Amino acid sequence: MENLSVLDERRDPLLIAERWMKDGRTLAIATVVETWGSAPRPVGSHLVIDTEGNFEGSVSGGCVEGAVVAEAADVIETGAPRLLEFGVADETAWEVGLSCGGRIKVYVEPLG
Amino acid sequence: MHAQTLRSLNAERRTRRAAILVTDLANGKDRLVREGDVLSGHLGEALQRAFRSGKSGTVEAGGGSFFLNVHLPPPRIVAIGAVHISQALAPMARIAGFDIEIIDPRTAFATPERFPETRLAADWPEDVFKRRPLDAYTALAALTHDPKIDDFPLKAALETGCFYVGALGSRKTHAKRLARLAEAGVTDEASTRIQAPIGLDIGAASPAEIAVAVLAQIVAALRSRGLAAATESRAA
Repeated sequence: MENLSVLDERRDPLLIAERWMKDGRTLAIATVVETWGSAPRPVGSHLVIDTEGNFEGSVSGGCVEGAVVAEAADVIETGAPRLLEFGVADETAWEVGLSCGGRIKVYVEPLG
Repeated sequence: MHAQTLRSLNAERRTRRAAILVTDLANGKDRLVREGDVLSGHLGEALQRAFRSGKSGTVEAGGGSFFLNVHLPPPRIVAIGAVHISQALAPMARIAGFDIEIIDPRTAFATPERFPETRLAADWPEDVFKRRPLDAYTALAALTHDPKIDDFPLKAALETGCFYVGALGSRKTHAKRLARLAEAGVTDEASTRIQAPIGLDIGAASPAEIAVAVLAQIVAALRSRGLAAATESRAA
């Protein structure tokens, strides 16, 4: 009861990131920094990813998380942040995109 | 993001303090800006705007691109009085995205049976506020009708700058209340902030209908104060 916070300790990506870090895991944080049209998650939303590919949070409705997780592995390895942009999926099979018709920019950076 | 920045940011969020994480998108350098920090220049103005609006976004300043991630505390309702209206207000507030706490020193009212799954304090508001202080992201609704219980939290809410302050009671009851508050040192300017009779005028009659009117008035206060994005900041 003394905890002031109403933050969801189990689901909040930034609290999870801090916990993972304490456990000695290496991770990247992805953040939605810009949206156009009907993007599923608002600017400021986070996805946190560790080296094993475990992730928590979201930057879209699930459409581009896979691609962000893959990029995160590179970001952790090189230590260099990356700005990714996703738009509407075209007809190409397996193309990563947002079915809702929006566009988003996602910033992926290492934590540490 | 630097490890220490993340720890500091989470510490601010856990204690319900507003903060903005500024990230230089060119190199990933970041810093945490707290509300009340001295800010200047183009970026400083953008930060001040962001604290008011609660909106995160990218800002161009000094030839660079900076992402401002605004973390405002989630809005919260403190209801004084474990009364019938509060029993309806608690689940409604949760559905609308508010954290709610009910405070009532009368142990017969403040029982977990009457308030399942609700943060409840069977204690005097004075004592509860020492543990969990009011803040600008809190709405206070005084619902007991009892001056011994309601007056202190109303005064405290006005002094703290709660984004909403409402009190149950007829115009006559409220006139007497204003006289007591004035005697306790509350200025007229401050006490006009109290919404009384409480709730939007929708002709509410039953306790649940009054809860709807109170909740609607709280939402209106939240959205008009530029605290709008506080709810969305749960996006984090």
